[in-house]
Amino acid sequence: MWGLDFSQLDWNEISVASLDTLKMLAASSVFTFILGLPLGVLLYQTSRSSNAWVRTVYSVLSVIVNILRSVPFIILIVALIPFTIAIVGVSYGVLGTIPPLVIGAAPFFARLVETSLREVDRGVLEAAQSMGASTWQIILKVLLPEARPGLLAGATITVVTLVSYTAMSGMVGGGGLGDLAIRYGYYRYQKEVMIISVLFMIILVQLLQMAGDRLVKHFTRK
Amino acid sequence: MIELKQVTKKYGKGLQTTEALSRLDLTVQKGEIFGVIGHSGAGKSTLIRCMNLLERPTSGEVWVDGVDLTKLNKQQLQNQRRKIGMIFQHFNLLSSASVYDNIAFPLRLAHVDKTQIAAKVNELLQLVGLEAHRDKYPAQLSGGQKQRVGIARALASDPQVLLCDEATSALDPQTTDSILKLLLDINRKFHLTIVLITHEMQVIQSICDRVAVIHQGGIVEEGAVTEVFLKPQHPVTREFILGQAGESAQLALQAPHDGSSRLCKLTFLGEKTYDSILSRTARETGVDFAILQGTISKIKDIPYGQLIIRLEGDAGQMEKTIQKVKAEGLDVEVLD
Ligand SMILES: Nc1ncnc2c1ncn2[C@@H]1O[C@H](COP(=O)(O)OP(=O)(O)OP(=O)(O)O)[C@@H](O)[C@H]1O
Ligand SMILES: [Mg+2]
Repeated sequence: MWGLDFSQLDWNEISVASLDTLKMLAASSVFTFILGLPLGVLLYQTSRSSNAWVRTVYSVLSVIVNILRSVPFIILIVALIPFTIAIVGVSYGVLGTIPPLVIGAAPFFARLVETSLREVDRGVLEAAQSMGASTWQIILKVLLPEARPGLLAGATITVVTLVSYTAMSGMVGGGGLGDLAIRYGYYRYQKEVMIISVLFMIILVQLLQMAGDRLVKHFTRK
Repeated sequence: MIELKQVTKKYGKGLQTTEALSRLDLTVQKGEIFGVIGHSGAGKSTLIRCMNLLERPTSGEVWVDGVDLTKLNKQQLQNQRRKIGMIFQHFNLLSSASVYDNIAFPLRLAHVDKTQIAAKVNELLQLVGLEAHRDKYPAQLSGGQKQRVGIARALASDPQVLLCDEATSALDPQTTDSILKLLLDINRKFHLTIVLITHEMQVIQSICDRVAVIHQGGIVEEGAVTEVFLKPQHPVTREFILGQAGESAQLALQAPHDGSSRLCKLTFLGEKTYDSILSRTARETGVDFAILQGTISKIKDIPYGQLIIRLEGDAGQMEKTIQKVKAEGLDVEVLD
């Protein structure tokens, strides 16, 4: 078919690459959530403070987040090499891609968190306040549970974005399916490998999106 | 129970300042249902939100149950707020929590233990008649049911005071009645002090003991509902009451009458409402009367009637009639 021959594929290499992608994705997602969620809550809380100093903190945070989000990911990887080495010891391979993935995705996720928290009805927050809830109680027992569908949708978008980021990190020796596609498909003209790699990534994104949508639906009470 | 002293609330800074409350004094007695009525923008919400410091007054003191809330630190304020329940026009329930969990919410905030929570919540579910809906989510309930959840939630921490911010404004008339009845039951059962704000005279009339009329950030009239309702002094109050009695009173005043007749408004209150004072007196004095407009209704449990009549006959006898009716305990206002 179209002059393609799938019989010569090195399935071993493909499965290693797939596993690498999944590892990068899992690790970077976890750290992105761990970092991005508090950052999002902090953005939300500081933005609505009545204290001018706290709002200054918001402006500073906001600028930093915007900068990190506007730098192209490929440049971020290169720029972060010293930082990556300082943290994980290497700047390549699965391990070396995780810090830039997290630094690239956490601000993005934080913004999505901030946005979904803003969607929470102010009246409900006031009701909690009127019942004597502390700030922490409001965050943990009102804001986050009320925003849960939005947060899950944001997490899904973030993970899907991370799939494409992992593919890019492949270009600088990160490994994984993106790396495979580039190495074989682009440099060695083995279209078959490229097609399979891309196909796997498409399937991965589809599955992630479906799982995310299900979770959102499950937790939506409106 | 609640005392506001010289409370002023300003919004905004500089030139755009609006003064929502200006040097307002107000006292709510323990155990009463106190109504505040006013037009949109009069400052009602601001007033009630000052009572639990959801809105911090720019100046003045807010005393609730012997404590000046404006002097408390954050922690102390949180503790005091547990003694002040509040319900809202738009219910403000947690959409992600079931009916049960919504009612349990304030108890969990206070770290009450599980078995106690279960006992309390079940008791409240029964009180508000929602046992069958305990596992539903707010989106699956009607407005009236949501407000019942709101009430149960507000009562969970055994508050001394219940603040109601337009609690029935989003409900239809029947549901409004059932919610008001529930509030009245709660007031009697637990001797709970209730403050409610509204723009509907109907609400004040059906359950309040006392009422304050708020206009442009100040109280313009205050007193027992029977007093204020039947003998309104301030134009704004009159407007609210007239708005209710409606056109018919206006029409009555346009009835033909000249020097040989007099227009009077008679007010019957309590048992006298059912008495035949007027016809008895008229028979004695030999004057005739035409009824131009009449109302019979209740203020909370007290029956009252109001008649606009035109007396016809000898001037002296008409005057005598008025005096006699007054002596029988009716309130007479001569309108011409
Ligand atoms: N957060 C705010 N910021 C600025 N101005 C406000 C704010 N809240 C209320 N105001 C102003 O204060 C005044 C009183 O408002 P308030 O909400 O207390 O009125 P209300 O009597 O409750 O009216 P309604 O019946 O429409 O709810 C209004 O002029 C309003 O514009
Ligand atoms: Mg209001």
